[in-house]
Amino acid sequence: MSKESKHEKDTRRSGPGGGFGPRGMGMGAPVQKAKDFKGTLKRLIGYLMPYKLQLIAVFITAIIGTVFAIVSPKIMGKATTKLFKGLMMKLSGVPGAKIDFDYIGQIILLLIGLYILSAAFTYLQQYIMAGVAQKTVYNLRKEVLNKLNRLPLKYFDARTHGEILSRAVNDVDNISSTLQQSLTQLITSVVTIIGVIVMMLTISPLMTLIVVVTLPLSILATATIAKRSQLYFKGQQKALGELNGHVEEMYTGHKVIKVFGHEQKSIGQFERINDQLYQSGWKAQFMSGMIMPLMSFINNIGYVLVAVTGGILVTKKAIEIGDIQAFIQYARQFSQPIAQTANIANIIQSTVASAERVFEILDETEEVPEVTQTKELTAPKGEVVFEDVSFSYTEGEPLMEDLNIFVKPGQKVAIVGPTGAGKTTLINLLMRFYEINDGRILIDGMDTREMKREHLRSLFGMVLQDTWLFNSTIRDNIAYGREGATEEEIITAAQAANADHFIRTLPDGYDTILNEEASNISQGQKQLLTIARAILANPSILILDEATSSVDTRTEVQIQKAMDHLMKGRTSFVIAHRLSTIRDADLILVMNHGKIIEKGNHQELLEQGGFYADLYNSQFSANVQKRVG
Amino acid sequence: MGKLIKFLKPYQVQVYFVLILVLLQSLSELYLPTLMSDIVDKGVVTGDTGYIWKVGGFMLLVAAGGMVCSIAASFLSAKAASGFGKLLRSKLFGHVENFSLHEFDQLGTASLITRTTNDITQIQQVLIMMLRMMAMAPMMCIGGIIMAYSKDAKLTLVLAVSLPVLVLAIVIIARKGLPLFKSMQVKLDKVNRVLRENLTGIRVIRSFNRVGYEKTRFDAANWDLTDTAIKVNKLMAAMMPIMMIVLNLTTVAIVWFGGIRISNGHMEVGDMMAFIQYAMQIMFSFIMLSMMFVMIPRAQVSATRINEVFATTADIVDPDKPKANNGNRSQVVFENVTFSYPGAEMPAISNISFKMNPGETTAIIGGTGSGKSTLINLIPRFYDVGSGQVLVDGIDVREMTQADLRQKIGFVPQQAVLFTGTIAENIRYGKEDATDEEIRHAAEIAQASGFIAGMPDGFDTKIAQGGTNVSGGQKQRLSIARSLVRKPEIYIFDDSFSALDFKTDAKLRAALKDETADATVVIVAQRVSTIIDADQIIVLDNGEIAGIGSHPELLNACSVYREIVMSQLSEDEIA
Repeated sequence: MSKESKHEKDTRRSGPGGGFGPRGMGMGAPVQKAKDFKGTLKRLIGYLMPYKLQLIAVFITAIIGTVFAIVSPKIMGKATTKLFKGLMMKLSGVPGAKIDFDYIGQIILLLIGLYILSAAFTYLQQYIMAGVAQKTVYNLRKEVLNKLNRLPLKYFDARTHGEILSRAVNDVDNISSTLQQSLTQLITSVVTIIGVIVMMLTISPLMTLIVVVTLPLSILATATIAKRSQLYFKGQQKALGELNGHVEEMYTGHKVIKVFGHEQKSIGQFERINDQLYQSGWKAQFMSGMIMPLMSFINNIGYVLVAVTGGILVTKKAIEIGDIQAFIQYARQFSQPIAQTANIANIIQSTVASAERVFEILDETEEVPEVTQTKELTAPKGEVVFEDVSFSYTEGEPLMEDLNIFVKPGQKVAIVGPTGAGKTTLINLLMRFYEINDGRILIDGMDTREMKREHLRSLFGMVLQDTWLFNSTIRDNIAYGREGATEEEIITAAQAANADHFIRTLPDGYDTILNEEASNISQGQKQLLTIARAILANPSILILDEATSSVDTRTEVQIQKAMDHLMKGRTSFVIAHRLSTIRDADLILVMNHGKIIEKGNHQELLEQGGFYADLYNSQFSANVQKRVG
Repeated sequence: MGKLIKFLKPYQVQVYFVLILVLLQSLSELYLPTLMSDIVDKGVVTGDTGYIWKVGGFMLLVAAGGMVCSIAASFLSAKAASGFGKLLRSKLFGHVENFSLHEFDQLGTASLITRTTNDITQIQQVLIMMLRMMAMAPMMCIGGIIMAYSKDAKLTLVLAVSLPVLVLAIVIIARKGLPLFKSMQVKLDKVNRVLRENLTGIRVIRSFNRVGYEKTRFDAANWDLTDTAIKVNKLMAAMMPIMMIVLNLTTVAIVWFGGIRISNGHMEVGDMMAFIQYAMQIMFSFIMLSMMFVMIPRAQVSATRINEVFATTADIVDPDKPKANNGNRSQVVFENVTFSYPGAEMPAISNISFKMNPGETTAIIGGTGSGKSTLINLIPRFYDVGSGQVLVDGIDVREMTQADLRQKIGFVPQQAVLFTGTIAENIRYGKEDATDEEIRHAAEIAQASGFIAGMPDGFDTKIAQGGTNVSGGQKQRLSIARSLVRKPEIYIFDDSFSALDFKTDAKLRAALKDETADATVVIVAQRVSTIIDADQIIVLDNGEIAGIGSHPELLNACSVYREIVMSQLSEDEIA
């Protein structure tokens, strides 16, 4: 009873099934609900279908195992009854009366057999389920990743990584532990409830009634408390969220706090939130902690009533003594699955809600499919043409209308404009990360939509501001640029990017493993690695996001040299911040508020006297010209 | 875990009471079977209905008493565990706030955040469990054995056989299972990491056409995890059935041997029935305990991580006898300064000597890893020098209190950090008693008034956490305004204009000139145009000074400088 169900709750929480999810809030914590419970549940069940046979086996073994476990107390009670009867006869002085140990021995052998069978079936059921549950989740995880790889960038730009990760990780975990534990628990619980009621009825309908009557009582008590504790749990969640937010903010801003001497202020605020958390935290904890003792007390009332009525019934010879013993065991077995089923109902609800969130990812619209007959450029030269291109991120807010650009092979295009002017838009379109609304983009005269995305992207080499590296060796990170690159090629690329030297000064050289935040090398060094990676890719068109601050001047000089060398014979698009780059460009695209507002070369644009001229003059009228003049 | 117990000390009394209450509760649970056996042995055997009712009533009282104890224990343990969490959290946060940058580098900001939040929550959860459940298990076990022994000492021998078997089974499974659990956690982390990398690197992955490679990489991690998870769960599948078998065979043995003893007149039937229930309770307490042990390793990991933070002490502390200002106002002097990061082979900066005077602007320029940021981080004493000294107002920074030193400094970091709160509050962060007028003025100089006026609530506009609702350039300008409002003696700009467009950059610097006329100004910059006007330019190369002087002087004398300038300006502009 109380101990059993408590222990069950803990298995769930810490459990052998791998319940890593953020579920351990304790009883009475709020449950998330799915929007379309039925449909989602159906779909989730669909994932289990490949394991139909195993699942049927699980059902059967669960039922058999449980039935055996249910029958045994009654059989055991028979032994006790025999014992008692023999004893009573002995006491009343019946001649030759003795306890019938042969009979008891037979019963005990039967029991041992039942117990072993029951255990074997329970084991089998868990064993099969382990494979089914984990493989299902494996497939689900795989499907999510594959799906993510097919989604357009629009999807990722509109969401935080945390949001997607939470679905792909926490929600999938939640499904995992439910499949592993709750499903079979549900089966065994239902079978136990029915079985126990049947067994109790065969012993005494009156006593069964007593036990059943205590049920609504415990449900009422649990519901009342759960309702109140939910309130505190919400408060606790809120305070915890606030506290985590504060900690994150204070730690990331540590330098600023120090230099302005605000440590005490920050601590003061922390203490305030911490106290809020304490206040709602202990109340929530206490409230949910009350559920168990109350249930346990109500169960004990049932226990006492069973003992008393049972005792009286035995004196009236209505039932046997062994029946009381069996009945007590049944009564204890009864309350546990009921509490469990109530718990499982919540768990299933939150699982279906989790599944729904995962399915939402799987249902997202994918990238526009490739045309059936894709073409390929055999010897790309790097001519890029925008023909009447129109584009907008959101309908009704056009960013580009009838844009025409002609870039000859080997030319350099500089994209300039204030921060936030939407300079990455062009890249998004070139690489077909986003689809254009109208017009055509041609490379060497071929519409990019007629190429396979993979082929199109293989024509480009890209160095972005946010340096993405992964948790592996430096060698692997450079080699990422091209599959099957040789050691020599990797080193040559690193040398060309002026990264070879710093790599060799690291403790493990090319084998240095970048840690998770890649914080063991500097921002500038990261940039160099991404450049090496792009160099290795040996593309015909380059996209370079010129660093504002991460790679600084001197390194930039070296990079520029490498890049100049690399850009020879290659078309390049540079999101430019340096005037030297801009002046040398064959074509300058001036962007503001997401639109291309001017285009031309340096001289033309200056003569136009527009936005670009203004931008340029503001830089140099202030100081340089003073010196020059 | 052990080291953290001291934070429970203020709640000592509560904890003792919890233990006592849990003991009482266990006793009440154990007393019920005894009373029931009385019903059987005295009531049923003699047919005394009155006695049965009387004992029944008493049983209800005992059960009610048990409930009261249990609720009281729940109350006290909730308070003690929450209080423990609060205290631990507060101590840890206070400790971290004392850290200098060195300790942050060492432990990692992200890791420190998890340690202060999730790890403590984890431990608090386990503590509640321990107080409520784990305390109960041994009491149940000991109480159960005593009761069983008092009912029939000889029959207790059955337990002497089955308990060790149970313990052995648990130990064997735990031994095999725990390493698997641990490796499963590692593998789960790996899956999450690959997934995260797939999200953050999506553009790179697609542009390099490595979707297939990523799929394989993820699949390997995914299958590795699944494989271990299956193993763990198959092993755990044996746990419950084995325990149940031991439990059930024990009861069977009790019935058999009990029957013999009853037959010989050594015990009564009711006693045997009670005995079975004791045995059940003892065994269950063991199973409960074993479940608890699954949680301990996880809490242990958290505890170790927290202890690591406590074990790290700030290496920068205030001097015992700080020196007073001797009147050399606002002068900053580096004397032969060398500094190495811990564990580095080469010093980050070496033999740096120069002087900065009030009213002068010093610019620092140089390549990646040339030590620019390191150098300026030494002025507010974020790090301590290895050799040489940094003097502010003629006093070694190590000889004044950090508060006094930093009071003089307005520092604008490379990454503009804003805090949750209004724009006005963020600027006021620089000077707590700043008037509205001062704040407006600072925003004006920092070229921020324009966009602030354009915001829905002007200066009262809320900044979201992490400053996500303002652009990079706006963040930098607010961060500059924050330093301006302080009116410090020394301004330090660590590449603080990088996110500004040329126009704003130029305007800002023009406005700054008047504002900082009497102060010492240090600027780290990438753009030559930003620093071209500086009174003194320090060119750093590989942690050493490659040249000091004005722009024209350096153009003639310093090749490193020339190279930098050439890359940015055309011939006629360099002139």
